[in-house]
Amino acid sequence: MNFETIVFYIFSAILLLSALRVVTARSPIHAALALVLAFFTAASIWLLLEAEFLAITLVLVYVGAVTVLFLFVVMTLDIDVAKMREGFWRHLPLALAAGAVMATEMILVLRTRTDTVAPRNLDTHYSNTKELGRLLYVDYVYPFEIAAVLLLVAIIAAIALTMRRRKDTKYIDPADQVKVRRQDRIRLVSMPAETARMKDEGERMTNEEERG
Amino acid sequence: MNIAMPNLLPVLPEIFVLAMACVILLVDLGVKQNRFIAYALTQMTLLFAAWLTLSDFHSQVEFTFSHMFVADALSDTLKLMTYVAVSVTLVYGRAYNGLRGLYRGEFFVLALFAMLGMMVMISANHFLVLYLGLELMSLALYAMVAMRRDSPQATEAAMKYFILGALASGLLLYGMSLIYGATGSLYNNEVALAVMQGVESKALLSMGLVFVVAGLAFKLGAAPFHMWVPDVYHGAPTAVTLFLGTAPKLAAFAFVMRLLIEGLQGLVADWQGMLVVLSVVSMLVGNLTAIAQTNLKRMLAYSTISHMGFMLLGILSGALSGYGASMFYMVTYVLMTLGAFGMILLLSRRGFEAEHLNDFKGLNQRSPWHAFLMLLVMFSLAGVPPTVGFYAKLAVLQAALQAGFVGLVVVAVLLSVVGAFYYLRIVKLMYFDEPLDQNPIKAEADMQLLLSANGLGILLLGIMPQPLMALCIYSIQHSL
Repeated sequence: MNFETIVFYIFSAILLLSALRVVTARSPIHAALALVLAFFTAASIWLLLEAEFLAITLVLVYVGAVTVLFLFVVMTLDIDVAKMREGFWRHLPLALAAGAVMATEMILVLRTRTDTVAPRNLDTHYSNTKELGRLLYVDYVYPFEIAAVLLLVAIIAAIALTMRRRKDTKYIDPADQVKVRRQDRIRLVSMPAETARMKDEGERMTNEEERG
Repeated sequence: MNIAMPNLLPVLPEIFVLAMACVILLVDLGVKQNRFIAYALTQMTLLFAAWLTLSDFHSQVEFTFSHMFVADALSDTLKLMTYVAVSVTLVYGRAYNGLRGLYRGEFFVLALFAMLGMMVMISANHFLVLYLGLELMSLALYAMVAMRRDSPQATEAAMKYFILGALASGLLLYGMSLIYGATGSLYNNEVALAVMQGVESKALLSMGLVFVVAGLAFKLGAAPFHMWVPDVYHGAPTAVTLFLGTAPKLAAFAFVMRLLIEGLQGLVADWQGMLVVLSVVSMLVGNLTAIAQTNLKRMLAYSTISHMGFMLLGILSGALSGYGASMFYMVTYVLMTLGAFGMILLLSRRGFEAEHLNDFKGLNQRSPWHAFLMLLVMFSLAGVPPTVGFYAKLAVLQAALQAGFVGLVVVAVLLSVVGAFYYLRIVKLMYFDEPLDQNPIKAEADMQLLLSANGLGILLLGIMPQPLMALCIYSIQHSL
């Protein structure tokens, strides 16, 4: 047993234990923190396989972004742990059935022995980050660019469909406000002086208008 | 590390369209009052892209971007047709969109992006590129259908289109991945080579083929994968229906050519049978259901389904002349659809959609010229000589006959007779019924002119189909 194998087993043990903690921890915060540990050890195992790009991506994306997002959500939501555990016994048969199906599938896959190939021994200057970059930006640059355009279209479509001026907003443009002139607000109406008879008539007319 | 710069010359039209779409997006932000600028810029983009494609017309096959992009006669011809279809669509839809709050910069930008997706599909030599092009086009189309968000019909149509489109994409992608598993490549020509040399697992390949054909049928709108077509055609604003009923069909044809014929020609015996079923069911469902429709947009949707069945007749013949006939059918179908929906757009006005069959009653009394144009379009859709629809149907039937599908041809002819009923019913309504609607027909001069040219083009091509047919055959021959 060489050193690498020992390291692998140590990392694997930590990974399994932390993964177990994710599902068994009582507090969601602890679960999320255990998830960070699980991601981190998984990244270490990838490093052992000389897949340093994947390892770094895992740390940056999952540990750095996704888990932080998890923590955010957990902290902003009011999660009642006791309430979430309520249906445990009721849902157990279904969960066991689903688990049994998954276990059978895994056993079936693992039993069909395929020849495993040891990772190729590459020279020390080989960088798979560089190789991936070459593949992505040289060989596959055309699909890569189209995917970029696709994202742009998604943004435009989302904005075009959701952004519009709502009729009921009370927003006033200050630029329009300062441009207001006297004649926009004041209207001079010349009216003859009213006598009592005319006033009566006027009232009658407005009443008729209302009825009509 | 030395990196060879890919040859950008064949991709110039695509790059130009992409750049202009971004420019229009920015210009539209600056000039909010005058939408005409965005419209004019879009039309100029189409014109210039056509010039770019024309000035670099490929009679030889040329690859670039590590063989993922192919430029050949087929791609150039189809791209030119696509520009024309999009341009005409925008002219027809301008007044209609203006009255319905759709005359916005985003509309033009999304239309250009959808067209870019079509162009990518048309000249793809790699399954991944085909798929990405399809998604680019579809995503823009979903958004265009949903653009009139106050209309529940349009929203429903967009939702249906989106979900079924995603399902179809999933099927297609799954099929492609199975084919990749069987052949070990995603390049059209390498897949073709691997199929020719024989693959280890024929079952895997056949399975992939089934999924791919199902996905293609979804996108073409062939029965029994046609469920989305009537609802989307009916629910979308007519200008958008016109858009998604025309240019994307050309791209779908290119998709079939690249995938089934360039990539999986070796499996012709396998997909021929599937296409026969698709074709017969499409013609049956399309023609019979169209009879019961009272809404013209819905009727045209069912007519699309039946026309896709006819188009497949040429492809399933498995011969070069058959592919040429199919291409001819597709191009003329686009021309007819432009005419038919253009007429609906012409008769629509503020707050009124002329999408009911009754709205066409007595059109001859209101405007004999427009009634005559509609007559030409309907005759052509029905396949009555001397319009081009007759020649297109004749060509695909001939191709199927040469491949020995006599029974299929008999069924197709019988069903096209059934189909003639509902096209000629419109002619009857226009000429022999009293008009219900006496409003004068008003339209901009450019639309009037183009619509007349469209109708007369159908007649002219019917009398002289040879040049277009020769072009189709030439494109196919110089590309495969």
